Amino acid sequence: MDVLLDNLELFREGFVGTLSLTATSALLALVLGLIIAGFRVSPVPPLRLFGTVWVTLLRNTPLTLLFLVAFFVVPQILFPGINSFLLAVVALGMYTSAYIAEALRSGINTVPMGQAEAARSIGMTFTQILRMIVLPQATRAALPPLSSFLIALTKNSAIAGAFNNVDLFNIQKTLSNEGYNILVIFLWITLGYLAITFTISGLFRLLERRMEVAR
Amino acid sequence: MSASVLYDAPGPKARARNVIYSVLGSLLVAGIVALILYRLYDKGEFEGAKWDIFNYSGIRENIIEGLFATLKVFAMAAALSLAFAVVLCVGRLSDHKLVRGAAGIFIELFRSIPLLITIFALWVGILDSLLPFSVSIKPMWALVLGLGIYNACVQAEVLRAGINSVPRGQREAAYAIGMRKTQVMATILMPQAIRAMMPTIISQLVVTLKDTSLGYIILFPELLQTARLIASNTTVNGDYPYVPTVIVIGSIYILLCLLLSALANWIERRGRRAKTGITPAKATPPAEAAHA
Repeated sequence: MDVLLDNLELFREGFVGTLSLTATSALLALVLGLIIAGFRVSPVPPLRLFGTVWVTLLRNTPLTLLFLVAFFVVPQILFPGINSFLLAVVALGMYTSAYIAEALRSGINTVPMGQAEAARSIGMTFTQILRMIVLPQATRAALPPLSSFLIALTKNSAIAGAFNNVDLFNIQKTLSNEGYNILVIFLWITLGYLAITFTISGLFRLLERRMEVAR
Repeated sequence: MSASVLYDAPGPKARARNVIYSVLGSLLVAGIVALILYRLYDKGEFEGAKWDIFNYSGIRENIIEGLFATLKVFAMAAALSLAFAVVLCVGRLSDHKLVRGAAGIFIELFRSIPLLITIFALWVGILDSLLPFSVSIKPMWALVLGLGIYNACVQAEVLRAGINSVPRGQREAAYAIGMRKTQVMATILMPQAIRAMMPTIISQLVVTLKDTSLGYIILFPELLQTARLIASNTTVNGDYPYVPTVIVIGSIYILLCLLLSALANWIERRGRRAKTGITPAKATPPAEAAHA
């Protein structure tokens, strides 16, 4: 208990760091994932190819490698002096966007064919069909995998902490240097992560229930 | 629903528009790639001297050692996770409330702790404070244990979904001919569950393979840590060859994962073909299709 109370300020800083990294990169991942999923079903072949390459490359690259590139290569070569929080957000967001795009695409596949056919027959364009007919229905099927990918994103954000981004995982270095019992340190850190992941799964369960009523 | 249902066959106007989108999109992507390549070129990352390091046998041996370390950890973690997953899954489906509860709590707990924290905690010696005697865990075993436990929990849930997907009649028929609980699980349910879930199991193995790179953080010399060591211990004209090593090591990782994913796809296709068994004859295809 002392560990938490004596270092409340540090824990707060770490918790806020994890929370803001998770929230920002989740937002980026959702937006990118939506765009990429749209690309993957679009009528324009090069866009489809781009979507496929994006998903294949990012799903088969270790996240640690992405962070290594983001923290060691990008600042030195491409954009000197860039904010490291921004780099963590981009790396995590891009990595998760590939998974979210796949979740959305398999959600799109669950929408009955007649829906899109009916929309087409009344003259809707591709973007209209996607925006008004297919995606709203696809979201329902995609919610459970989306929730588990966002939880995975929260857990993966710990890797950024190992690369000196200030977050819950990062503060354990300071704490163990001060000589606290590691068991207690990790207990509190884990509870911090559990608080975030349980919130996400709770939110999604709420969302699922509300969407279910709409059906 | 196949993607092509979302849009009509393009007419002349739509085709022209698609060409414009294609050209614009390709130009944008090509522009971004060209910009990155130019910045890399400008910094001298494509100079022969920087890539020449891969001609040294020492560096090649380092990379091969790193690759073997990664594969070794992956093999051990995969074997551990699959074996443990079967135990956890059977525990979770047990008839005894206590066993069921314990397995459930274990799975939920380790699935929700970030994998990095499990590995890191094992590495810094959390077992010392948990156990009455002192144990020292080498980075490799921390990595193998952490990966094994975490992935076992995920795979156990996959297997459970597989067992639940086996038709109920299978289990009932097995009990009806007098099989015991263990026999039903081992000879009827588990084989069918594993077969049904093979693609998912292998794609989780791809995740295991990717996560071996967490060894980087606990300073275990696997492929990624090797890359960092090579890049930070070699100087070419007073500069560190980070970009060439990242490109080489990254390609190795992507290749390994793609190979495993390809295996998953192949098994899925094979399974689908075999499962169909005797099917009714297909409806005769339309005339044009038959000629195509």
